[in-house]
Amino acid sequence: MNRTEEIISGVLAGDRRSIARAITIIENEPVDAHKIVAAIYPRTGKAHIIGFTGPGGAGKSTLIEKVVREYRRKGKTVGVVAVDPTSPFTGGAFLGDRIRMQELSTDEGVFIRSMANRNYPGGLAKATKDAAKILDAAGKDVVLVETVGAGQSEVEIIKVAQTTVLIHAPGLGDEIQAIKAGLMEIADIFVVNKADRENADKTAMDIQAILQLNNKEKAWRPPILKTIALSGEGVPQLVEKLEEHKRFLEGDTFHKRELLKATAESELAEAIKERTATSILNDLKKEGKFDELLQKILRKEIDPTSAAEKLLSEKLRKH
Amino acid sequence: MQDTRKIRVLIAKPGLDSHDRGAKVVARALRDAGMEVIYTGLRQTPEQIAETALQEDVDVVGLSILSGAHKTLFPRIMNLLKQKGLTDVMVFAGGIIPEEDAVKMKKLGIKEIFGPGTTTEAIIRYVLDNVPERA
Repeated sequence: MNRTEEIISGVLAGDRRSIARAITIIENEPVDAHKIVAAIYPRTGKAHIIGFTGPGGAGKSTLIEKVVREYRRKGKTVGVVAVDPTSPFTGGAFLGDRIRMQELSTDEGVFIRSMANRNYPGGLAKATKDAAKILDAAGKDVVLVETVGAGQSEVEIIKVAQTTVLIHAPGLGDEIQAIKAGLMEIADIFVVNKADRENADKTAMDIQAILQLNNKEKAWRPPILKTIALSGEGVPQLVEKLEEHKRFLEGDTFHKRELLKATAESELAEAIKERTATSILNDLKKEGKFDELLQKILRKEIDPTSAAEKLLSEKLRKH
Repeated sequence: MQDTRKIRVLIAKPGLDSHDRGAKVVARALRDAGMEVIYTGLRQTPEQIAETALQEDVDVVGLSILSGAHKTLFPRIMNLLKQKGLTDVMVFAGGIIPEEDAVKMKKLGIKEIFGPGTTTEAIIRYVLDNVPERA
């Protein structure tokens, strides 16, 4: 067996070292990453993948730690992927989400991985989706994904998670009224954490008001829960809601089918786009006109979009 | 595309130190040098450190200790790393580790000890020059 085959067997057997090495390959080596995902794909789809998003300071990591403990109490195994931002200037990252979860490190039923987003947009790393798949294939019952936490544009999570939880807290200076589109539309469960603070009720009411403005008829009406992550208050109720949403997704076969289809289509389209773009770009670079047009752009004789059209129409004409 | 590979470093504080200013300075410096640094906070046990190194698949572990408990804790950490098959990981240490203990620590497999006054540039340079090749 070569290295990749060993790692694949290890992942499917739930071996932690193999899981760790597989995730590293997903992040860094596209060729072997593809082999691993292709091999484990048939074994995915069993885990409940839950996304946790929300502004910094809301208490995501602390809450996730308590949620993990509750799932463990119920006898479930858990994977966690915690994403933090990469510096656009240095390319490095300080991954500190684990600080709040470290007591769980030695629990054999829990696997925690920190990931840098490497400047990928939308609150997650490009590799997060496949890392969740690896934890799924390795047999974890639940996979929790924690987004970077910068705010409103973090909608990438819906491509990865089946259930999305939006965590907010009173007094973050981030007025709920400002969160209109995006997160408010996609979250399945809303949590007001630090509920012992003043204005927790107001925060919950503000969320309620905005939800009522969304006139869409929804089969699942997102609940608003209050928690105090530090003490664990409200966490059993949150986990109950998570399980309820899971049953809802399983029961609602029409929507589930539609969701799975939409997800599969978007993944297929992404994969096609990536491969065609790279292959066409490489061809165009070799075929001579590329540099010529680049020079014209620099001399302001042509704009980049028109240059792209020229290159592509010439290429397509050749066929 | 091997040039996108980032060096992953775990900065860990074994034992009962009450502050982590130094460890955080080193962690941030390594981040500014382009590395992905996992920092796990104060009061880590050897078991937590070794298991974290495994799950995070790090290339390097930096142990920061001020309390003088390195003679008890470092052998346990190095043992656990070996048990978990993490023999490829480069381990360095810093903080308050007397010179006379440095030799013993190196015999355990700790590659380098950085005492107080070491510049972050020196540590960055050391990691870049000595990070092990991936299998």
